[in-house]
Amino acid sequence: MYRKATLAGLFCAVLTVAACGTQSTSSGGFTPPKLEAPTKLGAAEGALNVLAWPGYAENGSNDPTVNWVGPFEAQTGCKVNVKTFGTSDEAVNLMGTGQYDVVSASGDASLRLIASGDVAPVNTALVPNYADTFAYLKNRPWNSVNNVAYGIPHGWGANLLAWRGDKVAPAPTSWSVMFDANSPYKGKITPYDSPIYIADAALYLMAHHPDLGIKNPYALDDKQFQAAVDLLKQQRGNVSEYWSDYLKESQAFNSGNSLVGTAWQVTVNTAKTQGTDIDATLPSEGATGWSDTWMVSAKSPHQTCAYQWMNYIVSPKVNAQVAEYFGEAPANSKACAQTQDTHFCDTYHAADAAFASKISYWTTPLAQCLDGRTNVTCADYGKWTRAWTEIKG
Amino acid sequence: MSIPTAVSSFLYRKPRIRLGLLLSGPMAWLGVAYLAALAALFVTAFWRADSFTGKVIIDWSMDNFHTLFTDKVYRAVTMRTIGIAVGVTVLDAVIAFPMALYMAKVATPRARRMLVIAIMTPLWASYLVKVYSWRVMLSGNGVMHWLLSQFGLDTPGYGLFATTLTLAYLWLPYMILPIYAGLDRLPDSLLDASSDLGGRSWQTIRSVVAPMVLPSVVAGSIFTFSLTLGDYITVKIVGGPSQMLGNVVYDNIGAAGNLPFAATVACIPVVLILIYLAAVRRTGALDNL
Repeated sequence: MYRKATLAGLFCAVLTVAACGTQSTSSGGFTPPKLEAPTKLGAAEGALNVLAWPGYAENGSNDPTVNWVGPFEAQTGCKVNVKTFGTSDEAVNLMGTGQYDVVSASGDASLRLIASGDVAPVNTALVPNYADTFAYLKNRPWNSVNNVAYGIPHGWGANLLAWRGDKVAPAPTSWSVMFDANSPYKGKITPYDSPIYIADAALYLMAHHPDLGIKNPYALDDKQFQAAVDLLKQQRGNVSEYWSDYLKESQAFNSGNSLVGTAWQVTVNTAKTQGTDIDATLPSEGATGWSDTWMVSAKSPHQTCAYQWMNYIVSPKVNAQVAEYFGEAPANSKACAQTQDTHFCDTYHAADAAFASKISYWTTPLAQCLDGRTNVTCADYGKWTRAWTEIKG
Repeated sequence: MSIPTAVSSFLYRKPRIRLGLLLSGPMAWLGVAYLAALAALFVTAFWRADSFTGKVIIDWSMDNFHTLFTDKVYRAVTMRTIGIAVGVTVLDAVIAFPMALYMAKVATPRARRMLVIAIMTPLWASYLVKVYSWRVMLSGNGVMHWLLSQFGLDTPGYGLFATTLTLAYLWLPYMILPIYAGLDRLPDSLLDASSDLGGRSWQTIRSVVAPMVLPSVVAGSIFTFSLTLGDYITVKIVGGPSQMLGNVVYDNIGAAGNLPFAATVACIPVVLILIYLAAVRRTGALDNL
C-alpha cells in the first residue's frame, strides 16, 4: 500500500517537472516567433560560445599554423569556446540547448532554428562587413524570412565526389560510381550519414530518370521519394561506411577502406596533407551543397561578442582564410583579393552568381512542396529521417 | 529535558523512524537519479516531437510504440543487437574461462597478481583509444591485413564481425574477474577428490568445475550482455554501415531531434535486460555480482 502511494507520488512529480521543461508549439505554417534584433551593442562580455562546422572556427588545435580565433580573442577580449558539429541536425539539436551564442547554420538548419525561436533576427547595420557581402547571397530564403535578415552569409560550396587517385581509374565524372549497383568499387563507397543525403539520390534520379519529374531534390512527392529511397537501399549493399566525421572519412580514404565517396573539400585537403592520393570533382549531374549563415542565439548572454565575432569572421582577410582552409567560396566580395592563391575565387566561382544557382543547396524539406506544386504533398523532414533509419537497416 | 536529549530519546524509542531518517538520503538519491530518470524516459515515449523544429509536444498517444512494432527495420535492428550481444558474451566466456582457470588454479601467487594487474590495466585506458586502435588494426593496410595475408587471407574489414570482436575485447575483463572470483572460492580439495576418484582433467572441469562456476559465468554475462546492448560508439567506428539499437536512439536525438521516439526505442534494451535478469535470477548469478 505504502509503496503504491510512493510510486504514484513520484510519477506525478516527474510529470510536473517534465511538463515545465517543454512547451507545446503549433507547427505547420511557418511564422517565426516575434523576436527583435538589437539596435545598439553594449560592452563586450568577455566570452563567446561558438557552434561551427569543422574548419570554420580554427583555434590552432588541429594545426598550430591555422588559427583565426586567437587574433579575435586578442582584439576583442572575448574568450572563445568552439564546439564543432558533423551534421545540420546536430547543430539544430545543440542550439536548442541554449548554450551557444553563434552558429554557422546551413540551409537545412537555418529555417528550423528560426521557426523554433532559437535564433534572433540580425541587425545587419551592426555588422559593418555585411556591406561587402555578394549581393546574390543577401536576403535569400535560407537566411531571411519576409526580408528580415536572420544572419550573415559566410560562404558556400558543393558536396564533391572524391576518389583515391591511385585506385580508381578512369577518373569518375558522374555520381554513378556511387549509385550504380554494379559499380566497380562495390564495398568501398562512403556516403554522408544524414537524412539530407536522400537529396543526393534525388539529384541523381533527376538526371538519370527524367520520367520521375523531379524538379527540386528537396521537394519529393511519394513516388519520387520512394524512388530515391529505393536507390539508396540498393546503394547500401555497396557501402563501406557512412561518414559524419570528416576526419574519420579522410582516414578511411587513407587506409583504402573507402575508395569513392561524397566529401567536402576540407576532407580532401586533410587526406592530401597525410599523403593520400585523392582527387575530387563536381560531377556532371551537379551536386548538393551548402550556403552557410552565421546566426545569433535568441538567448545569447554574450550578444556584443557575438556581433563582433560575426563581423570578424566575414571580414575580408578572415573570410578568405576560412574559405581557403575549408575549400569553399567566400561570401565577402573583398575576400577574393586576400586569398593566398590568386585564382582561388575563380576556381570556386565565388563571384559567379549563375554557377552558384546550379548547386542544390541544403534546405529543410517541408510537406508543402518547395518547388511550388500544390496538387501533391511532399515528404517532410520527419519522413526523411525515418526513411534514413530504414535505408541504413 | 533539553531538546537534543528529547530528540535522541524519541529516536531511541522509535527504531523505525530512526531507520527511515538514516536511509531517506540514499533512497532519495536512488529514487531521483535512477528511478525518476527511467520514469521520465518512459513518460516521454508517449509524446511526440515537431518534425520541423524538433520541439517536444505533449500529446499522449501510442503512435511511437505502434511505429516501433510495425516497422520491420526496428525488429531487424533489435535482433541484430541481441545477436551481437550474444556473440560478444559467448566469445568472452570462451576466452575468459581458461584464463580465469589458469589464474585461479595453476599460476603461482606472484604470476596471479601480475595477471590480475594485466587484465585490469586496459580498463584504465580510454574507451575511444581502444576502439580507434581496433579501427586502425582492422583497416585495409592495418596489422590484421598484414598478419592474415601471410596465410592468404585478408582483414575482416569493418562490419558486424569487427564490432563483435572489438566489444568482446572491451568487455573481457568484466567476464574474467567474476569467473576468477568464482574459481578462487572453489576448494582445491574438490579437484583432488575428483582426480582421486579417477576423473581426468577434462572430466573434472566438466562435472565439478563448470557446474560450480556457472553462476559466476552468468554474472559476467550480465555485464557483457548489458554493456553491448547499450553501446553505439564501437559500431560507428568499426561497424561499417551497420547500426545497433544505440545508434537508432542516438540518431533520433542527435539527427532527427525526436526525443520521444528515442525514448521509445530506449525502452527495448531496458525490457530486454529485465527479461534477462529475471531469467538468470534462478541460477543464483545475482548473488555472485
